[in-house]
Amino acid sequence: MTREWKPRLVAFFCNWCTYTAADLAGVSRLKYAPNVRVIRLMCSGRIDPQFILEALAKGADGVLIGGCHPNDCHYVEGNYKMLRRFQLLKRMLQDMGIEEQRVRLEWISAAEGDKVRKVVNEMTEALQALGPLGLPGRFEEWDREVEHLAATVQEKEAAGCACGAPAEPRDTEVAHV
Amino acid sequence: MSKPKVAFYWCASCGGCEETVVDLAEDILGVVEKVDIVLWPVAMDFKYQDIEAMADKEIFATLLNGAIRTSEQEEMAALLRRKSQFLIAYGACAQMGGIPALANQFSRDQILEFNYEKCPALDNPQKTRPTLSLQDDGRNPHLPEFRNVVRTLDQVVDVDYYIPGCPPTPNLTKAAFEALLSGNLPPKGAVIAPDIALCDECSRKATKPTNVAFTEFKRPHQALADPDLCFLAQGMVCMGPATRSGCGAACTSGNMPCTGCFGPTSRVRDQGAKILSSLCANIEARDEDGINQTLAGIPDPVGTFYRYGLAKSILRRRVDLNMTASGK
Repeated sequence: MTREWKPRLVAFFCNWCTYTAADLAGVSRLKYAPNVRVIRLMCSGRIDPQFILEALAKGADGVLIGGCHPNDCHYVEGNYKMLRRFQLLKRMLQDMGIEEQRVRLEWISAAEGDKVRKVVNEMTEALQALGPLGLPGRFEEWDREVEHLAATVQEKEAAGCACGAPAEPRDTEVAHV
Repeated sequence: MSKPKVAFYWCASCGGCEETVVDLAEDILGVVEKVDIVLWPVAMDFKYQDIEAMADKEIFATLLNGAIRTSEQEEMAALLRRKSQFLIAYGACAQMGGIPALANQFSRDQILEFNYEKCPALDNPQKTRPTLSLQDDGRNPHLPEFRNVVRTLDQVVDVDYYIPGCPPTPNLTKAAFEALLSGNLPPKGAVIAPDIALCDECSRKATKPTNVAFTEFKRPHQALADPDLCFLAQGMVCMGPATRSGCGAACTSGNMPCTGCFGPTSRVRDQGAKILSSLCANIEARDEDGINQTLAGIPDPVGTFYRYGLAKSILRRRVDLNMTASGK
């Protein structure tokens, strides 16, 4: 069964502004791309960069972070903390080969239901254009290199020595480096 | 009763871990009194065939250092796993990839091309690269395969315990031996070191400000560090808050900031992401330009935050690198 690939977008929204805005988008019956999976946190400052990496590693094609506008944070400083982390994380992700458009930070206030719609749609389109990130698949591909390891060793051991039968004459010589 | 058998083995490593075993100094006599060393390529002459001839689990404990990069290292890791009751990842490379894992930022082709063609100190006009096997004078020697990915020991075989450090300290090594020989063992998978951040044992702990507000990041060669003041208060990247203690704060006592070789504590999955989170959150600026100006002091976040842990990090490797087929 092959299913058409559709972008998977994980969104971390803060409880006080962006999540409320997403609620507003809902009650206002705004239509936006169904590709987004929203996770609510109390504050954008709670978003550990590990969450973002984990989301990507588990199969997200992009991560959207939504927080309160500067000066509006319910906890005064949280959104600034996220902004600072984001600046360096963005650079680090690029160094790790992840396109810049895959992780986005937006300030969306509780009144901006339409901005949720706009940002989610934009990002879904951007991800659609970029194609899948597919990290779980890539990890699997990397691991295929060592898949047959234990079997190889057992095989070699059986053929090599330690069992009564004379070992096959070795036509190769191993250089141990 | 015969003495328990112990093996030391090295893979992609520098030899520093072996040095620590020697650094046990006279305490090593107590160790060799209680165990039989059956394999230690750096110091003693044993043949791999002798290991192959052993019964499964005949070796009591194997301390393996170094990351896993070649097919030969994989085979040895798997062989020693089969022959050992306890397989211990010894040192940062076996535990987290260590310095060799920084190569996970480059593809195999990039690495081979640089080392056999582009390296300025190279004299290789024919651009000869190592081949897996060749015919030479009627003989057919072959070389292990160089893999695309640098791996930690536990990404290749099952690991019982970890002893952290680049290199592990003699004290930790001794403690681990004592635990193993007395049978007083932590749960499987444990890192045999205290499970608390380095700051806890750092002599500068008292000077760590409650509110660090970074206005710039200085690298160690750019400033003369105060020998008593917390490095974070001096605007220097210190991995201490995201690094396990147990080294006796060796680097910070020597007036160098911690670079993170003991890896994270058990509550942290990704050491680099965690220290990034902590340092960045404490920048003073609130606007993008100001923040980026401060962050200019960290030109290489991957090399700084994942100096020892790239292979064990969540992403493990630069994700857009291709894999080239074997046999080259």
